[in-house]
Amino acid sequence: MNIFLQQLINGVFIGSVYGLFAIGYTLVFGVLDILNLAHAAVFTLGGLVALWLVQNAALSIWLAFPLATLLSGILGLVINAVAFAPLRHRPDTYFSGLISSIALAIIFESAALGIFGARTVRFPINTITVHIWQVAGVTITSLQIEIVLIAACLMAGLTWFLRHSRAGKAIRAVAENERTARLLGIHVDSIIAFTFFISSALGGAAGILFGLYFGALSPDMGRSIELKGLAVIVLGGMGSIPGAIIGGIAFGLSEVLTVAISGTSNLRDAVAFTVLFAILLLRPSGLFGRKQIRET
Amino acid sequence: MKRSQIFSMYILIVTALFFSATLTPAPAKAAAPEAKIGIVFSMTGGAASYGATQKNGAQLAVDEINAAAGATGIHIKPFFDDDASTPQQGINVFKKFINGDHVSAIIGPTLSDTAHVTDRIAQASSVPVLGVSNTAQGITEIGNYVFRDSLTEAVVVPNTIRTAKEKFGISKVSILYGNDGAFTKAGYEAFKKALLDQKVTILSEQTFAKGDRDFSPQLTEIKSQSPDAIVVSALVEEASGIVSQARQLGIPASVHIIGGNGFNSPSFIKNAGSAADGVLIGAAWSSTASNPLNQKFVKDYTAKFGNPPDQFAAQAYAGVYIVYDAIQKAGTPFAPAKIRDALAGIKNMDSVLGKFSFTSGRDADYKAVLQEVKNGKFVVVGE
Repeated sequence: MNIFLQQLINGVFIGSVYGLFAIGYTLVFGVLDILNLAHAAVFTLGGLVALWLVQNAALSIWLAFPLATLLSGILGLVINAVAFAPLRHRPDTYFSGLISSIALAIIFESAALGIFGARTVRFPINTITVHIWQVAGVTITSLQIEIVLIAACLMAGLTWFLRHSRAGKAIRAVAENERTARLLGIHVDSIIAFTFFISSALGGAAGILFGLYFGALSPDMGRSIELKGLAVIVLGGMGSIPGAIIGGIAFGLSEVLTVAISGTSNLRDAVAFTVLFAILLLRPSGLFGRKQIRET
Repeated sequence: MKRSQIFSMYILIVTALFFSATLTPAPAKAAAPEAKIGIVFSMTGGAASYGATQKNGAQLAVDEINAAAGATGIHIKPFFDDDASTPQQGINVFKKFINGDHVSAIIGPTLSDTAHVTDRIAQASSVPVLGVSNTAQGITEIGNYVFRDSLTEAVVVPNTIRTAKEKFGISKVSILYGNDGAFTKAGYEAFKKALLDQKVTILSEQTFAKGDRDFSPQLTEIKSQSPDAIVVSALVEEASGIVSQARQLGIPASVHIIGGNGFNSPSFIKNAGSAADGVLIGAAWSSTASNPLNQKFVKDYTAKFGNPPDQFAAQAYAGVYIVYDAIQKAGTPFAPAKIRDALAGIKNMDSVLGKFSFTSGRDADYKAVLQEVKNGKFVVVGE
């Protein structure tokens, strides 16, 4: 029974990181109906920049984390300005934006390779003090709790922001109808840029947390999570924020339990993506329905 | 009119022949002879971290050789290229080396998966190829032009298990391995065979995939089986994650983790930190081996690149020297067939890997070591 409980904790933990990553995808999709495929590259760069700040600028992780998150947000502005904004009013904007964001992802990944090298690196051992607790035969580390708490706070903060703040309401208005929002006097282009900023900041934050816990950062680490992020938002409902959170945790649990039961990672993706396939067949809108940003 | 055209064409051809005849040998006579060697590693893609140190190792060897060759000795003209960690790109590079650059020998590629495909091209074109990191089965079997200086897991692993069993009294183990790469799978098969030969009980076998970061589900299962040791076949990216997560999940340090070649890298110790202590690593090369050539190599490499070398750098470095030795014995840098014969004849050559020979099957033959990580350093505990 303890093993099972431990596996549940493992799953919820990895799932919360998936959720945080997927929120970035879903936010941009909910507002603009486009997928930003450079999101995984921002995830990677967020982690690597935080590492650089800790290692080379000798900052505490508590300072490096918000700084690197901010920088990831600025990368989001770059993505918007370079890959999406120039194509926005073209008839094939959905498709060309998808392609140009892939191009930008490749540029970011190569930049990471050039700047940080190909080696797998980690945060210095004493970046954060880790306590290991044994509770009823279950092992939990303080780092896990901190990561889940940070992820939960960011998700809750985003939900509150979208629901109550002026800018959040503007984002929802743009998601509802761009033209109406413009008529109402909302500066649509800045709201879109701002959406990219938040989305990428969250993606970068997920990268930092992922790097902190797994102690293995490399320029290609975004690849493993890229497809999972997409699967999570399809599972939760494209554009739905609670969907991304619940979808992330469900996806994490399905992965962990599959590995635990079968003892091999062969079936891990098979089971996760079969569930995804079934959801697409039975409930194409995902668990929480499509495009709920406006209703958040 | 027609006649004069033919005549002028004739003149043209004769002049061309004359110039080509006089011009081509001239540079060879004037400058020192140059051996063109194609060197291909994975500089990008999944194996980029290995390619980087391999290229450093090879570059260091080339620089040393060319400095020592002086004005008259045979120089090496290296053609470095990137196989992008994929067989497809490896094929392109091999074709370019052979048909475009006309190299006399090829060193690389990084991954066994790629070598399986590319080495056939070298074999078909009769250009000798020396793998410096391919350890999977079926590489040198491709043909008589295919060599490697990397000890296979089939040699390293039985030595590891036997020594570990003798020294630490290990009787029951759990296995964790990557089942989607030729290298990690070959390691797993060698471990399993060695464990069965040594009559060590295997409690369970768990797997992971390339690029995984989270090993807690597998390690949680392993923890519940309370083995004496965990046998891991993984590349360095996964190795440090596995070891740190095992300790984080509360698997005590008394449960040894036994790893293969993939663990044998300074970045493993750097990334795993204190969790690396007590890990047993069977390896084809040790940075702490007392052999003077090796000591010099470790010192020069660290001075030049700012990082200590790993096994992959050492094997690449040795590889360049092995090929150069063969070229010197062949007496000419231009005859791939003679270089092949000279390679096959290498016996007890002094190298950073130790006394190096090729087996009749063109595989590496020298002594493997068992190391233990103590206070963040590799220490040789047995041979």
